[in-house]
Amino acid sequence: MTVADTESLVGRGNREGAALFRDWFAELTEAAERGRDSAYVFVMGSLAELLRTFDYPIVFPEINSLQTAVRRVAHEYLDAAEDYGYSTDICGYVKADVAVQLKGGTHPMGRIPKPGIAVLTNACNTYIKWAEIWERMYHVPTFTIDIPGTRAAGRVTAPGDRDFENDRRYVLAQLRELITRLEEVRGTAFDIDRLREHMAEANTMSRAWKRLLDLNAARPSVFNALSDGTIYLGVSNGFRGTRAGAEYFERLVEEMEHKAANGIGTLTDEKYRLVFVGVPCYPIFRRFSELFTSWGGTFVTSTYLWFASGGSNVGYEYDLAHPLESLAEGLLLSVRDAMDSMFFQPELLATMNREFAVDGVVFHPIKSCRTVSTGLADARRAMMAAEDTPSLFIESDMMDRRVVSEAQLKNRVDAFFEGLASRRQRAAAATS
Amino acid sequence: MAYAAGVDVGSTQTKAVIVDERLRIVGRALTDTGANVMRAAENAFQEALRDGDLREEEVEYVVGTGYGRYKVTFGNTQVTEISCHGRGAVHMFPNTRTVIDMGGQDTKAIRIAPNGEILDFCMNDKCAAGTGRFLGAASSALDIPLPELGPTALRGERPVKISTTCTVFAESEVLSWLGKGKRIEDILLGVHESIGTRSVGLLRRVGVEEEITFTGGVARNLAMVDTLNRRLDTHVNVSEESHFMGALGAALFAFDHIVASRAPARAGGAA
Repeated sequence: MTVADTESLVGRGNREGAALFRDWFAELTEAAERGRDSAYVFVMGSLAELLRTFDYPIVFPEINSLQTAVRRVAHEYLDAAEDYGYSTDICGYVKADVAVQLKGGTHPMGRIPKPGIAVLTNACNTYIKWAEIWERMYHVPTFTIDIPGTRAAGRVTAPGDRDFENDRRYVLAQLRELITRLEEVRGTAFDIDRLREHMAEANTMSRAWKRLLDLNAARPSVFNALSDGTIYLGVSNGFRGTRAGAEYFERLVEEMEHKAANGIGTLTDEKYRLVFVGVPCYPIFRRFSELFTSWGGTFVTSTYLWFASGGSNVGYEYDLAHPLESLAEGLLLSVRDAMDSMFFQPELLATMNREFAVDGVVFHPIKSCRTVSTGLADARRAMMAAEDTPSLFIESDMMDRRVVSEAQLKNRVDAFFEGLASRRQRAAAATS
Repeated sequence: MAYAAGVDVGSTQTKAVIVDERLRIVGRALTDTGANVMRAAENAFQEALRDGDLREEEVEYVVGTGYGRYKVTFGNTQVTEISCHGRGAVHMFPNTRTVIDMGGQDTKAIRIAPNGEILDFCMNDKCAAGTGRFLGAASSALDIPLPELGPTALRGERPVKISTTCTVFAESEVLSWLGKGKRIEDILLGVHESIGTRSVGLLRRVGVEEEITFTGGVARNLAMVDTLNRRLDTHVNVSEESHFMGALGAALFAFDHIVASRAPARAGGAA
């Protein structure tokens, strides 16, 4: 690899990711302006592969909402929803989406088309109530797939186990019902060969996504799981099952393999390798990341990249010879993993801390989402009891800047790094 | 003789401490922070110099701490008050494993390893419930000066139940108890119990291990000390310098820098 290779490769994923995002929202805007119906889905179990066979533009309201925060206008949307009657305690993503709907789809990145159907899983309890809002607003059908979760820590079932096969059949039966419903709503016949094509693209992406996450064990780490990772995550959701998405991730892996092979880190001086647990603080997204990078800290991995990728981090690849059965299995495995990555964190964190040579773990519960925040204090306590990894517990929000106090966050983050530095000095003194 | 200083710019008061190379406090000062944070830091530092009969150039290194630490413009670097209170507490009471610091605007619990390393910490968030500000609200509602709150509360026998820990609502709740004819002593005891509950909750979140050292301005309040002792079933350490513990910790960190800057020269000299 030459210097020219490095110059063209490094940062390419972020540039291309931003371009894909603009393309995606341009397509959504065009669909809205033409009055086309879209499929509203969520990041945990989007079933984009299936919905694309019915030519639906795919809308992720969670991503629309977080984009309002990243673009610093979330408060306008939250205010509009609260003026409409929603409580301050309701999920910020829900409220921003309600406001988008009340504003006729107006969004800082374009215009969001109305739903023709909403497809969701039970991975988040709010999904179900959220879809009911669209049902009432637009009188469109919603379809909820019940995904059985892991019944107990340490007893995860696998394909071939009797319990797993029962669960898989249960999910498959629901998928068949969904296909029938989609045929009714869309007025077109289901084409299993098209499904295979989209599943093949999803396979490429899953393979690359897992490779990408594994590559960040490199020292120095090749991407920041908080700042860069969120861009990759957006593409993985928005372009799942497409050629553009598959190509993006293949090229991203190429970039990161180049960085790993040449020792090019995401920071010029990586001092601390961290794990991020939770959802980012989008209202001050860049500044939030800088609170850590200014100390030489970078996030080598994040539970967000697990659960918000719908579990595609497990790298599951569909068996294209049995598309429906495999779709059911993949959905079960990935959504179950997404839920496990929230609810069975201590076991997963122990593995991550070891494999990524982690210096500290940052827990970031958010006011707006109890699903991902409840239990984080317990997860942290369990981790601290099991291993000697320093951790930080800071609270803010992914949408609502009224509950984000940057000065207080900085105080805690600074104290955390002071502790890490002191710990390192003591360790050095003990060995000298 | 080398000197190092720590300036703790708190929400209510600014504290400055100067230590000598035997890490003894040789100068201290306490001023109200007010609206001009930079001036408060400068005033406290100058007053501490006068208290120690020292000239500014004799102080080799200054560390700023507290919420206004970045406003200590004459300082060499900044350290958070979390690290500073931990350091100061361990300096005064070497067996300290847990610190509870109550200041004007925040309360923090800090757990410390046997080697002095900070293992964990926990603070109140945006809400000022359970902090010194809560006592300030009670003082205002009852028209009793802050220094007299503790002694008055210690005369209480049947503490009222303060149902809100919200500083904003504290005043109206205190007044409502007055309206019901409760004794001021019992109301104030109830206020202290309320803060104690909140603070012990913070301590439990980091894990309570003895010895426990109580720092910050509120540590001067004997009723608060008594409340914590009863609730924790122990005797918390309270130093005469408790109010200056953050500034002391900052001064000790400042002295580390002086030592570090001299280390190579000393090594060379020894050789």
